Amino acid sequence: MTSVLNSDRLATQLDRDVEMLRFATAGSVDDGKSTLVGRLLHDSKSVLADTLEAVERASRDRGSDGMELALLTDGLRAEREQGITIDVAYRYFTTARRKFVLADTPGHVQYTRNMVTGASTAELVVILVDARKGVVEQTRRHLAVAALLGVRHLLLAVNKMDLVGFDEAAFAAIAADFAAAAEALGIENYVAIPVSALAGDNVVEPSAAMPWYIGPTLLEHLETVPVGVDAATQLARFPVQYVVRSADYRGYAGQLASGVLRAGDDVVVLPSGQRTTIVGIDAFEGALDVAHAPQSVTVRLADELDVGRGDLLVRPGEEPRVVREFDATVCQLSDHGLHAGDRVLLKHTTRVVKAVVDRVSHRLDIETLAHDTAVDSLSLNEIGGVTLRVAAPLAIDDYAHDRLTGSFLVIDAHDGQTLAAGLVGDPIAAARSVGVDGETP
Amino acid sequence: MTALTGLAEVGEAVERPDDDAQVLKLPHLQVLESEGIHIIREVAAEFERPVLLFSGGKDSALMLHLARKAFWPAPVPFPLMHVDTGHNFPEVLAYRDALVERFGLRLVVVKVQDYIDKGKLRERADGTRNPLQIVPLLDGIVNNGFDAVFGGGRRDEEKARAKERIYSLRDEFGQWDPRRQRPELWNLYNGRHKPGEHVRVFPLSNWTELDVWEYVERENVELPPIYFAHERDVFKRNGMWLTPGPWGGPREGEPIERKLVRYRTVGDMSCTGAVESTSATIADVIAEIAVSTITERGATRADDRLSEAAMEDRKREGYF
Repeated sequence: MTSVLNSDRLATQLDRDVEMLRFATAGSVDDGKSTLVGRLLHDSKSVLADTLEAVERASRDRGSDGMELALLTDGLRAEREQGITIDVAYRYFTTARRKFVLADTPGHVQYTRNMVTGASTAELVVILVDARKGVVEQTRRHLAVAALLGVRHLLLAVNKMDLVGFDEAAFAAIAADFAAAAEALGIENYVAIPVSALAGDNVVEPSAAMPWYIGPTLLEHLETVPVGVDAATQLARFPVQYVVRSADYRGYAGQLASGVLRAGDDVVVLPSGQRTTIVGIDAFEGALDVAHAPQSVTVRLADELDVGRGDLLVRPGEEPRVVREFDATVCQLSDHGLHAGDRVLLKHTTRVVKAVVDRVSHRLDIETLAHDTAVDSLSLNEIGGVTLRVAAPLAIDDYAHDRLTGSFLVIDAHDGQTLAAGLVGDPIAAARSVGVDGETP
Repeated sequence: MTALTGLAEVGEAVERPDDDAQVLKLPHLQVLESEGIHIIREVAAEFERPVLLFSGGKDSALMLHLARKAFWPAPVPFPLMHVDTGHNFPEVLAYRDALVERFGLRLVVVKVQDYIDKGKLRERADGTRNPLQIVPLLDGIVNNGFDAVFGGGRRDEEKARAKERIYSLRDEFGQWDPRRQRPELWNLYNGRHKPGEHVRVFPLSNWTELDVWEYVERENVELPPIYFAHERDVFKRNGMWLTPGPWGGPREGEPIERKLVRYRTVGDMSCTGAVESTSATIADVIAEIAVSTITERGATRADDRLSEAAMEDRKREGYF
């Protein structure tokens, strides 16, 4: 088994390399999200026999005739006993075209916190609505959170089409409402698909009951939607994570947050502003000419500089802002509120700094997108604007431009819990201005 | 047909692919590898005394491989810890010791047998020592002052694991409280903990069993030979092929048979079952798993069959 792979084997192995798509689901209570996710896993043949047997057994125990697909995604006994869903659960399935990582976010009262968490790593969000109810307040919240978190692709699944007689006009009306709401937020990439998760219509297989729908099924769309980033538009951002030292070796290890770095590139070390050159990019397999996000690599620099964890390497002329004070949008994740005057810690890329909340400028009404400025604190599940002052200079981008150098955690300096998710700038305003002007960032 | 017109508009106008953009998308194994290395480096940078739990199973072997890559050309900057149930496959112990020797690693071993000898733990009626690992594991963590403990758990293994974070905060009793989990966003991990608490870290959270095998093949990661088809004396209990041994098998009416088998997981001999298999190479194993209809824990772990919440209960008590 330690023999060198022969070329035939290598060829089949390379064939198996597939893209990975991270997506999240968002829905309200009772719109059938668990059933939809269960259906997706079941019909894509991602559920194995012993798991199915367990679900069938549990369905019978609960007095159901058929199999309750929602049970496939129930996690903890505490949840089963109370019929609730805690936090975000991650599901995995693979088709011939893609490997999927699904952040399954529950729709109950903590939805904002959970959806922000699930959407932070998602490239696409599936938003569910009940065909009988259409676009509701909750749908607008999900849209706003997706816009806030910079999710580039949305999929509206209009579920329970069986309960509206698979009616085309009902679907079209909901799709039009959704389109208007999405465009108001500057979201351009979305599709609407009529489904019935209970029977599986348009989830994996096309629906015989809706011949008027000619678009892709939900899984087909997930398999084919173009994701990924345009390397040319991304600025290189390399946060130094760890200094690797061995005998006469000194390298700076990290994961490229965005863009591309090449051996020979001139770089600026931030926040100090020193300039040097990348003389080598190292990986275990050997030296690389080029690294692109999200690769983890180790770079060697031409000059002996004082570089350490928390520093950011970028190319000259492409520097982010280096600030002591900045405006940000935060989503409160903890039941400890965030107040003007609070002393906290920020974790931004690989750097942890002390900070003070100088000001809470507004609270966002996530349905109307209005700013309530008569506030000085934010509580659990609230989103608002703050001004933060930091104890050491930070090299930051706007979140709308870079998800990783534009994001941070707000941490309670006293008990260590994560208080809030932070996004540099005002991503919703940025998205809306793009939507209105039709410009790309 | 106004509705159809409206629909066509919705279907056509909305999806605007990234046109001619040169879209860079790393293959999934490279994404998973980079994420795992990032997590391992974060822990090495932010914690005082990390340790990597090493059972000799494929997931711990893969974790060790990522750790070697993360710090190369420097050595792995933390030790391994093995919780020895006393019911080990001899092939796995030999493999463990060879790796430690070859890569110049430090190994801490805590032994369930020591606890039984001192009367601190009692043998269970079913002979299984898997649940008995919890106390030696926690003592090993506390006595060595470990504050971050890498585990090879994957979220696709079991439904309680699907809800566990990559950084899993444990109290001073090692207990997992699902309601006290911290939200994890982007690639930012919060490892702050109180004195006496520690953090379990799962760098392979987003890998599936198939990903692990595909990566093992790509990287030529060495595994214990019991993962591949071999002839073995086994007997059947609760529908699983178990290996005879001083741990308590076979009993009356459990005849020994010679079978061509392999293991899908490596654990305590008394509760880890073999599957009948002819898969002699990594490629064979991948082909086998790709068409398998049974999950790896369902196929081979007696301990997870105890109840619907078996894993959840053990995790709450401080299990891996």
